[in-house]
Amino acid sequence: MNKTLNRRDFIKTTSAATIGVATVASGITLTTFASANKVPVTNEKRWGMLIDTNKLTEADIDGMVSACQQEQGWGSEVHSTGAQRPDWIKKLKVKDKATGKISNLALMCQHCEEPPCVDVCPTNASMKREDGIVLVDKHLCIGCRYCMMACPYDARSFVHETLSNQKEHMPRGKGTVEACTMCVHKVDKGEAPACVVSVNSDAVIFGDLYDASSQISQTLKTVQSTQIRADLNLNTGVRYSGI
Amino acid sequence: MSNIRFEQIEGKSLGFYVLVAGLGILVLAALGSMYYMEHHGHFVTGMSNRIVWGMPHVFALFLIVAASGALNVASISSVFGKKIYKPLSRLSGLVALSLLAGGLMVLVLDLGRPDRLIVAMTEYNFKSIFAWNIILYNGFFVIVAIYLWMMFERRMNKFSQKLGMVAFVWRLVLTTGTGSIFGLLVARHTYDAMIMAPKFVVMSFSFGLAFYLLILMASYKWTDRKLGDIIVNRLANLLGVFVAAVLYFAIVFHLGNIYLAENNNVEMILFSMDSIYTNLFWYGQIILGSIVPLILIYHPATKGNRSILGLASMLVIIGGFIQMYVLIIGGQAYPLEMFPGKEILEGYGGIVSYTPSLPEIILGVGGIALALIAVTFLIKFLPFLPESLADEVSNPHHKS
Repeated sequence: MNKTLNRRDFIKTTSAATIGVATVASGITLTTFASANKVPVTNEKRWGMLIDTNKLTEADIDGMVSACQQEQGWGSEVHSTGAQRPDWIKKLKVKDKATGKISNLALMCQHCEEPPCVDVCPTNASMKREDGIVLVDKHLCIGCRYCMMACPYDARSFVHETLSNQKEHMPRGKGTVEACTMCVHKVDKGEAPACVVSVNSDAVIFGDLYDASSQISQTLKTVQSTQIRADLNLNTGVRYSGI
Repeated sequence: MSNIRFEQIEGKSLGFYVLVAGLGILVLAALGSMYYMEHHGHFVTGMSNRIVWGMPHVFALFLIVAASGALNVASISSVFGKKIYKPLSRLSGLVALSLLAGGLMVLVLDLGRPDRLIVAMTEYNFKSIFAWNIILYNGFFVIVAIYLWMMFERRMNKFSQKLGMVAFVWRLVLTTGTGSIFGLLVARHTYDAMIMAPKFVVMSFSFGLAFYLLILMASYKWTDRKLGDIIVNRLANLLGVFVAAVLYFAIVFHLGNIYLAENNNVEMILFSMDSIYTNLFWYGQIILGSIVPLILIYHPATKGNRSILGLASMLVIIGGFIQMYVLIIGGQAYPLEMFPGKEILEGYGGIVSYTPSLPEIILGVGGIALALIAVTFLIKFLPFLPESLADEVSNPHHKS
């Protein structure tokens, strides 16, 4: 069994190992684009979400938050305290001052058509895909946090500590900014975002806002809906009804 | 005017070395703080997802604003043709560059990824005010450096006035850009107003001149050079005018907000209730940083007294710093108005608290130290200061 390693074997094994490493490594990219999808993203689609606060229960929202945490791997930071913890999706309870009506809603990146975060980003790290999904390129983000100052929805988080056990599809990095990606890695595979899947009713509808026959477009035609801070004319991808 | 002679300071006294060593230690401490914060991540700071810009930004923007203002003394000579200010121009350019270097050091070292500075220099989003500011800061360095060279190099003297004009316009654009970082934040009621741009310009006049006066008086006193009353009193009067102008802008800005119902809450909570920002605003910015210096500068009993002027300049700097703190931190502490007409019961809201950590403060102080060490060193190696600014030198028609 005591086989001596000759030159030919050495070259054979090392090149095999090198090719192996190269193959695996090429699959691990630091971008949030799903590599499985070979079709280029076009502006023929615009992904959106409609959240009906009349149907959405508090338990639903809790489920959305934990689905997001599980899918994207945030929320188990050990050093960050209180407002330092990442907060990709928030559960809000809002009361109308005049009528006293209380609504519960989930608030995350609203994926604006005219995103202020993209406007202010000095290095183009904040960007909007052709299909309307707003993302942060973790390679270009210098951690200046201007986007967090500009976001009208407080939807972005800054990574305050070194992270471990990250999800392969969602690399995150200390010193950079992050937010809801509308589960772009799932959307590119034809699936719905994790938070949408977690809700059992039709309280949250996901779909293509440009497709007149999609459920979200059909519903938006019939129900009263609104955008948060509609006065800013940002044309958000996430819409709400019932507030 | 021809008898103005520029000369390096000797820089061999014990005091000089103590000053340089002291400032050097502060700069090193700042680098240490930066390493600590970057190594651990920003969780060791008082900053959070709500107060995203903390103490380092207060220092950085304060220094950057002061930097552009410090160039004013040179501009008064080159742009407005006031000959008496000409001997002061070299120092004016130097203080401007040094303050900017200090401010930028703090700004850059507080980035989440300062190692990616090269990205900020190579990837530009021309829609971003921040990206424009990077260009404006770099341009300021180049223009003021050439301006200084033209002042030093006899053959180039004749062009210095023209370049002084370029520098003056550039600095106005630069401070407008810095103010616009806040003025164009449409999402935040505490900022969103273009008055921020002229407000920052006026703030720069005041803070920059206060720094300039202190550095001028200290360097002449410590090197036993003559500094006459004519120049000092003129600069003191000018400082008074600038302080009053800053006060005017503060009043207009806040009264305007109180008048507009949509911004009422912001003003009420920040400036009429018992929060840290209320106290800082009234006692720090308004009383200590504006009213007291105005009295010290203009009151017959204190007018013309050098030590009192030094104190007034110091108060303008402290008050200006507090103004920056209230503006940057106070402006973020107030929650975003996401649902007009509605109240957020849970999940978001409330005035968020912020306690700056020691490393943040040390980093900021290091920025000031860097600016001062640059001035101290360069006046030793290059002839920035006239060997005398006595009244009969600066104004030959002066009759004592």
